[in-house]
Amino acid sequence: MASEQDKLLEEVTNREYQYGFHSDIEMDALPKGLNEDVVREISRRKNEPEFMLEFRLAAYRNWLKMESPEWAHLKIAPIDFQDMIYYAAPKKKPQLDSLDDVDPELRATFDKLGIPLDEQKILSGVAVDAIIDSVSVKTTFRETLAEKGVIFCSISEAIREYPDLVKKYLGSVVPPGDNFFAALNSAVFSDGSFVFIPKGVRCPMELSSYFRINALNTGQFERTLIVAEDDSYVSYLEGCTAPMRDENQLHAAVVEIVTLDRAEVKYSTVQNWYPGDKNGKGGIYNFVTKRGMCKGDYSKISWTQVETGSAITWKYPSCVLMGDNTVGEFYSVALTNNYQQADTGTKMIHLGKNTRSLIVSKGISAGKSQNSYRGLVKVSKRADNARNFSQCDSLLLGDKCGAHTFPYLEINNSSAKVEHEATTSKIGEDQIFYCNQRGIDTEDAVGLIVNGYVKEVINQLPMEFAVEAQKLLQISLEGSVG
Amino acid sequence: MLKIRNLHAMIDGKEILRGINLDIKAGEIHAIMGPNGSGKSTLASVLTGNEAFEVVEGTVEFNGKDLLDLSPEDRAREGLFLSFQYPVEIPGVSMTNFMRTALNEQKKYRGEDVLSASDFLKLMRDRKNLVDIDSDLTNRSVNEGFSGGEKKKNEIFQMAMLDPKLAILDETDSGLDIDALRIVANGVNKLRRPDNATILITHYQRLLDYIIPDHVHVLYNGRIVKSAGKELAHKLEENGYDWIKKELVG
Ligand SMILES: Nc1ncnc2c1ncn2[C@@H]1O[C@H](COP(=O)(O)OP(=O)(O)OP(=O)(O)O)[C@@H](O)[C@H]1O
Ligand SMILES: [Mg+2]
Repeated sequence: MASEQDKLLEEVTNREYQYGFHSDIEMDALPKGLNEDVVREISRRKNEPEFMLEFRLAAYRNWLKMESPEWAHLKIAPIDFQDMIYYAAPKKKPQLDSLDDVDPELRATFDKLGIPLDEQKILSGVAVDAIIDSVSVKTTFRETLAEKGVIFCSISEAIREYPDLVKKYLGSVVPPGDNFFAALNSAVFSDGSFVFIPKGVRCPMELSSYFRINALNTGQFERTLIVAEDDSYVSYLEGCTAPMRDENQLHAAVVEIVTLDRAEVKYSTVQNWYPGDKNGKGGIYNFVTKRGMCKGDYSKISWTQVETGSAITWKYPSCVLMGDNTVGEFYSVALTNNYQQADTGTKMIHLGKNTRSLIVSKGISAGKSQNSYRGLVKVSKRADNARNFSQCDSLLLGDKCGAHTFPYLEINNSSAKVEHEATTSKIGEDQIFYCNQRGIDTEDAVGLIVNGYVKEVINQLPMEFAVEAQKLLQISLEGSVG
Repeated sequence: MLKIRNLHAMIDGKEILRGINLDIKAGEIHAIMGPNGSGKSTLASVLTGNEAFEVVEGTVEFNGKDLLDLSPEDRAREGLFLSFQYPVEIPGVSMTNFMRTALNEQKKYRGEDVLSASDFLKLMRDRKNLVDIDSDLTNRSVNEGFSGGEKKKNEIFQMAMLDPKLAILDETDSGLDIDALRIVANGVNKLRRPDNATILITHYQRLLDYIIPDHVHVLYNGRIVKSAGKELAHKLEENGYDWIKKELVG
């Protein structure tokens, strides 16, 4: 760990967005624009069964009737939904058995991303479902997982191979009409991951999926569905990057998690979509619906997110604590710099008895950015003895940025105990000088202090992700002080 | 090693240092005493490059380099160390990580190889013994929740880790119990070499029983108004500063 920390500091000399390259893989794309024919065409190209087409069409019709949400603390230019491509697939349809068959250009892209696709890295025990634009290219380790009955594949494949499971759970947590972007996603989602952990199985490895937006003008609409049956456990990692572009790109994903009795799902995200340049040009609009349903008693869902990217982030990973004695957790670091805007937080919906939720949110604002935490804790009438603890901290670097905290409480049961703590601090000049005096320059000092500040959240991440996250934080803050 | 000439410094438009002259040679220990508010900590801050203070006049040469021209971190990397009068807490940053970063930065600056993880840990252990600091403290975040005395000990531990050429100890003895005082003094003595030097800022002769200074200076109202051998400290302890003030007026 220590030597890795060291490497971090060395790598930090790299100033610009590291992942801003664009690979020339031949694309097979639909023309710009969205209408019912496009929805049908997506479903047709993916060889989907009838029920999926129905699902998509219903969502599309719903979406037409909906309006884009009001942006509370976000300033956003209107999005032209007819000026986007809704489906783009690499032309050489990869139905691959071994890594050698992967398009070298694609491999190079993965290598640049540092995706552990090569054999040695596979040995380190990470199963990867890599997604470039819309089609899942290669899923590793599937056989090992299959022995345990774990299904880990692209959602398209799941729709074809396990239609009953998909039919049962898809849209059960985030209904197609849930919100504007969820409806859009439900209509046009192109790919994503599917995870199924059967009864009593502890998934033998971390499951990991990397998303990356590659083609110009393609919105990315992934769909992820994770189902954990009774007494099962899985830890799922999601990492994202996107190439640098002048125009804004839309990313509207939906993630659904279902846990049955005593099951536990840990979902970790390290997100570094392209945030736009120093003047606020370009960057990803990240409008994501992530929701977990603790359906079975004593089950647990834990969200951990490190958000450093995107021009605009709008995201509230939530837990619906439906079963009795269920637990929901949300650990978040959201860093904004330059002109980035983030409005993120969580919703904890207590429905069952003796349900508990924990929220730890660490916001970091630098440059001219705006960082808002928005959290809802809702305790329903029959949710006796619900407990919630929320800790929302904001750290400011400089005085042109903003941090805002909006805790919402809806308590309908008098036995509930809800606690909220919030702090706002600035990195002290005296702290920086103290580091300087020991030979640490200001940029590294800020990195150290920030990483110290977010430790509680970073500690929730699996080791290799924690290192990645620390690196990202440091890179994202370059040039923000001094 | 250190040559200060006619140093003037201000804060908020107020002149605090009003013409300091001081020469420190390798191997020497200098004590600086003086009443509260006379500018002792300010001198330490100015030497280490704290930007809150503005140098308006004068020069400082450190091992042949123009000290005032260097950034605070480069001054540290050149071997200047300050044991802070009020050490700063940095929540969440472990002592180990902090020290490792600091030491490696200093080594890189000097073109030396950085220590491997195991060599670094060995050094930590070794230096902990030298200053007899609790292992527990170095496993915690930098100064977070440390008692006053623990913070001071931690400063000396850091000094032992970084092995500076010139160390300024700003009231490191204040707030230490008798045992801790002896331990800190022992540490300083053990680190003493013919090629390094120490400035002790203190109010108490007591410390100077353990660390024998070559020179004692009295800083008063932003100037060094008296310099002598270690007997001066005894005289101050007995008589306070009034007689010096009178000398100045008279
Ligand atoms: N940040 C500051 N802003 C305004 N005045 C300051 C500041 N720092 C120091 N001073 C003033 O400068 C003068 C010298 O302070 P300094 O801390 O150097 O004294 P000192 O000799 O170290 O005193 P002590 O023995 O109490 O530690 C004091 O009058 C103090 O109030
Ligand atoms: Mg002082």
